[in-house]
Amino acid sequence: MNALLRPTALAALALLCVARADAGTLTLESWRTDDKTLWDTVLLPAFTKAHPGITVKFTPTAPPEYNSVVSARLASGSAGDLITCRPFDVSLDLYKKGHLEKLNGNPALANFPDSAKVAWQTDDGKDTYCVPMASVIHGFFYNKKIFGELGLKPPTTEAEFYADLDKVKASGKATPMSLGTADQWDTSQVVFTGIGPNYWKGEDGRKALIAGKAKFTDPQFVAVWQDMAKWPPYLAKGFQAQTYGDTQTLFASGKAAIVPAGSWDIAFYQKEAGLDFGAFAPPVQKAGDPCYISDHADIGMGINTASRNKADAKVFLDWIASKEFADLYTNKATGFFSLSKFPIDVQNPVARQMVGWRLQCKSTIRLNAQIMSRGEPSMENELWNVNSQVLNGKMTPQQAAERIQSGFAKWYHPGAAK
Amino acid sequence: MRQKAGWPALVFLAPALVIYTAFSAWPLLATLRLGLYGTDDVGHVSFVGLGNFARLLFDEHWFAAFRNAMVNNIEFFAIHTLVQNPVALLLAALLSLRGVRGAAAYRTVLFLPTLLSVVIIGFTWQLILSPLWGVSEKLLTLVGLGEQFGPWLGQEETALRTIALISVWQFVGIPMMLIYAALIVIPEEVVEAAAVEGASAWRIFWSIRLPLILPTLGLVNILTFVGNFNAFDLIYAVKGALAGPNFATDLLGTLFYRTFFGYQSEMGSATMGAALATLMFLVILSGVGLYFLVIQRRLQRIAS
Repeated sequence: MNALLRPTALAALALLCVARADAGTLTLESWRTDDKTLWDTVLLPAFTKAHPGITVKFTPTAPPEYNSVVSARLASGSAGDLITCRPFDVSLDLYKKGHLEKLNGNPALANFPDSAKVAWQTDDGKDTYCVPMASVIHGFFYNKKIFGELGLKPPTTEAEFYADLDKVKASGKATPMSLGTADQWDTSQVVFTGIGPNYWKGEDGRKALIAGKAKFTDPQFVAVWQDMAKWPPYLAKGFQAQTYGDTQTLFASGKAAIVPAGSWDIAFYQKEAGLDFGAFAPPVQKAGDPCYISDHADIGMGINTASRNKADAKVFLDWIASKEFADLYTNKATGFFSLSKFPIDVQNPVARQMVGWRLQCKSTIRLNAQIMSRGEPSMENELWNVNSQVLNGKMTPQQAAERIQSGFAKWYHPGAAK
Repeated sequence: MRQKAGWPALVFLAPALVIYTAFSAWPLLATLRLGLYGTDDVGHVSFVGLGNFARLLFDEHWFAAFRNAMVNNIEFFAIHTLVQNPVALLLAALLSLRGVRGAAAYRTVLFLPTLLSVVIIGFTWQLILSPLWGVSEKLLTLVGLGEQFGPWLGQEETALRTIALISVWQFVGIPMMLIYAALIVIPEEVVEAAAVEGASAWRIFWSIRLPLILPTLGLVNILTFVGNFNAFDLIYAVKGALAGPNFATDLLGTLFYRTFFGYQSEMGSATMGAALATLMFLVILSGVGLYFLVIQRRLQRIAS
């Protein structure tokens, strides 16, 4: 028995060692399950062509589970060599626990502006731990056919926005706006932090909150909820039980005139639905007001400190920071815009329109992404809830503001902590 | 004789004992222990005594979430007890009647949803109840009740009840089968004797069948209790881990999930999660304990 068992065990052990020490193979952790084909057929082959010795395996996990799965894998030492980084606190937490390699001084980082790098730096800006990959931009999509039939123009001001919605409603041709509150995240990430920057003046408002100079109960924040509270009459009947999937289907089937959307939706509406649609930026309050957009740094990439193949991982990271990748990713992963300084020719018309807003408007990130969501209660989760309840008519704008502010003030003391 | 049986008994018990200890008792004890520890920013774990419990029960935000989940859970259980189990009893009583045509087919059909994945159940019911493309509004309109339709899964007032009823629909087969099994083993002589004495079918059910299946009803209730206080999957499949709207469908299970694994930017905490799991364990333990002490004992006395 023993004699039989030992060689088998040794063979298994040897096999394990071979698998472990197989230089040139990298595993890539990601939450972009939707992009698996893109990585396998376009991005990774392009990399392997330039670096024949290195094979990269793309192993995505579903988005809702990604954060917990990756942090568990990192803690147990079974995570891949390359980690796709969520922006700000989720990755900062991994870095603090020593799971992400410090990238300070890496020449590839010079390809990115500081505003992009901040999403993957420590609060003091001294350490960088992920290379920025792409951002998403928020705005509205409109159905060109419905707008054409009713003689509407994409609005630039709030007055025009509501005038358009009223006309669609009066015509009875379509649901004016496709939006539901069942999934909750879209009312926060797409709606609240999408239309809000025009009110709180983008980065100025966001930094004032972090500095403790502004409160959520101030008019520039309450006004956003007041605006949202006007929307329910334009939504579909029973929007309280409408999921994000329903929202997409309603707009894709041409039964809704407008949908609050993120740039990642472009590919869906074009490929799946073949819809003729355009985009407009969140309307400003008065004609001539400066405009702000939510241009949210969303994806970065870092190296697992426990990786056995850091040299190759660094080569891959340099490629992620290259112009070739920036070009490929922006044009193939439609709706994700490279954060690099390289000038990129965006081919998709709607994507080109959205990225064009960067020139006319000032960019900001999602309001609560940096610092604000790290306490208890988590502001991200609180915002999902509060924004949905304002749309449901279960919470007044003032109550919403007070709830968020009281949760924030409970743990955040800008005088004491940075 | 008894002393000699010592070591063989141990040998035969060992596999069960080892497996139970390794996969049930030890993880349970380890969880209870983990609840007494805390985690700091960089992931170091240290002993904090009852600190986690104090936070859960005395911190305003934590307690509000815990109380909300607890109250919802009680409502969830109440709906199961008041709807699922009486319906199961009724169905089992009907199925056990002599000469019901197609009883086997009904039995299978009623039991089928239990075998389906909860994801399928959640998805199907979301579609059925969808205000945009669901069939329920049209069906209600056909019988003149169209006005009564609402986005039930999306309203704070109705979401929990709707989900509880979906759960009842899915699981009614299990208590039905248990009760049915208990009903068909009741000796025919007893029933026949009563019939000869002139008892009506109604009287036979209330005075003979029901008392004889009381232990099974008790068992069904306790299974429902344990299942409901551990419920998680249907809520997660239909409403997600944030259990909206406004946490109206949050149960202890979903609260535990968010606490232990985290959600979106909220970081999970294994230690805080373990503390919450301990509380859930205590709630279930006291419920089951109460049942055994107060009800099960009495049942046995009646039955014997």
